[in-house]
Amino acid sequence: MNRSLETAAHPQGLKRVAIEPVSRVEGHGKVTILLDEQHRVQQVRLHIVEFRGFEKFIEGRPYWEVPVMVQRLCGICPVSHHLAASKALDHVVGALPVTPSADKIRRLMHYGQVMQSNALHFFHLASPDLLFGFDSEVNRRNIVGVAEAHPDIARKGVMLRKFGQEVIRVTAGKRVHGTGSVPGGVNKHVSAADREMLQRDVAQMTAWARDAVDIAKQLHAQNPALYDSFGTCRSNMLSLVRADGALELYDGVIRARDAAGAILFDGASDQGYLDLIEEEVKPWSYMKFPFLKSLGPAAGWYRVGPLARLQNCDFVPSPLAESERREFLDWGHGEPIHAPLAYHWARMIEVLHCMEVIAELLDDPDILAGERMAGGARRRGGIGVIEAPRGTLIHHYEVGDDDLVTMCNLIVSTTHNNQAMNEAVRSVAREYLDGQELTEGLLNHIEVAIRAYDPCLSCATHALGQMPLEVSLIDARGETLDRVRRSSQGELQRGAVG
Amino acid sequence: MKTGVLVFGWGNASRGDDALGPLCVERLREACADLPGVEFLDDYQLQVEHALDLVGRERILFIDASLGAPAPFEVVPVTAAARPEIGTHALSPSALLQVYRAVQGEDAPPSTLLAIRGQAFELGAAPSAAALRHLDAAVAWALNWLAAPAASRRRELPPTSSAETLPTGA
Repeated sequence: MNRSLETAAHPQGLKRVAIEPVSRVEGHGKVTILLDEQHRVQQVRLHIVEFRGFEKFIEGRPYWEVPVMVQRLCGICPVSHHLAASKALDHVVGALPVTPSADKIRRLMHYGQVMQSNALHFFHLASPDLLFGFDSEVNRRNIVGVAEAHPDIARKGVMLRKFGQEVIRVTAGKRVHGTGSVPGGVNKHVSAADREMLQRDVAQMTAWARDAVDIAKQLHAQNPALYDSFGTCRSNMLSLVRADGALELYDGVIRARDAAGAILFDGASDQGYLDLIEEEVKPWSYMKFPFLKSLGPAAGWYRVGPLARLQNCDFVPSPLAESERREFLDWGHGEPIHAPLAYHWARMIEVLHCMEVIAELLDDPDILAGERMAGGARRRGGIGVIEAPRGTLIHHYEVGDDDLVTMCNLIVSTTHNNQAMNEAVRSVAREYLDGQELTEGLLNHIEVAIRAYDPCLSCATHALGQMPLEVSLIDARGETLDRVRRSSQGELQRGAVG
Repeated sequence: MKTGVLVFGWGNASRGDDALGPLCVERLREACADLPGVEFLDDYQLQVEHALDLVGRERILFIDASLGAPAPFEVVPVTAAARPEIGTHALSPSALLQVYRAVQGEDAPPSTLLAIRGQAFELGAAPSAAALRHLDAAVAWALNWLAAPAASRRRELPPTSSAETLPTGA
């Protein structure tokens, strides 16, 4: 582990490099690196903007509005918030459980969301680095470059995304601001025509998902040393699993394993997450650092997301993806895989699994007919936990007698991975930046490590011209010595500060 | 069946002036309810799969909030460009057209960006008064654009000038 790089012993005499914002990451992230006179790395920190404003945004609203409102927290995974909120509020309306039709339609929506989001990450955000190289020409290292050099890969990425969006549309009711899931169930069935439309494409999408797994596998095989070591740090892993230990993305019990793969706890109810997880506050970061209570903050931090899920479960309950998971595990030679770049491989296995689940659900008559809503004794609060594309997502609400939300607590996937991402960038900084003259390509190595986790910083604001990348070299007195600015058009400008 | 004209706005309705894109689409949709051959779409962000929404169109109007546009708005012809995407999961209009070219093997239909000046993007905030004034002006321009014959619109937007800012009509 690289905890020694979290805080430098004598920061007063060090140069500061800031990467702000981190590119191809949703929202605003910043990396600061302190260097000594010999360019030796002394401190590395990933800073991410605060999420608390989102909770205040929800508090005071009628609970039945919440599953729709929370979609506005994030333009990337609105469906995950939609469903986590619905699951939490099922408790408030006493819908325990929801009906089979509601459960299956929500699952269909969720697996469509995970599939398309994972596909977007791999094909759009990660593939430029993986296909061209981390320090390849910056003007080529983007989705447009991929589309020109590998049009077949780009096309598959687009079509997988489109299919996932169609699954969301037919289950949520609309392309955006869907209202399909409500506290207690769903408000519509899938139509027979929509089901047939989706079924026509299932075989092709499944085939492309298998191709995507093969691409990820080939990348590992071509450069195993890089893929095994880049940003690697050992950690605990946490996720939902089904009661029988199967991979489960929509609803299950909480399981955690230590870095060696031994189970720390299993079968824990999601309603008791506060007994399992605590969040540490650090003075230099707005975002909290969750840890397992039983291990404490120093040893209890953990990973979530595809890499954790595939290794936390005992099996994948779909044949093609299970076969791929076994091959993936073989890569670790009996040891858990902790390499951040392995997230991409795990992510593509999940895409394949999602397609298998989608195919199965589309054949299920319960999505076309049956009771949509359930209800029961009213409760004052509820917790909904779901495996979002990037990892475990927790929604927790309390509701007053007037139906207004009085308390909202959200722990998003990126927060769970906060410490893991910090450890990854420290590992990369020590390996690649230490003692080197900084270049854009070297700094991109830092960003590659962060992007492996696909952090979504939940910022759907994206107005034109808002997202430059700026790297500043600042001396111990706070004066800027050098600055490299990458404009929103991708042009690099370097020179003295005017 | 797809219509000849696509009006596509994007933004987050709960992020202050970021709502300008969807609000403009909403206003145009209401005003053009009886206008045949026009489809209105909105989303949070431009994403790769939106390239498929452009297929088979005669022409396209993109609408977004902009921090860099002069008030009240600017109108820019969009051409496909192999520009890197910085800082977000989303695409720029020019990158979307480039993705279209890669996926479809041909150039995208003629496309125009209506960039409406915004300034405040806080979560939970309503659009600012200034932004709403800019929206009024942008809607008026867009209604004229929709009503004008295609030939005159092509003369209006020289395709070789992807960076050129045209008169805003303000």
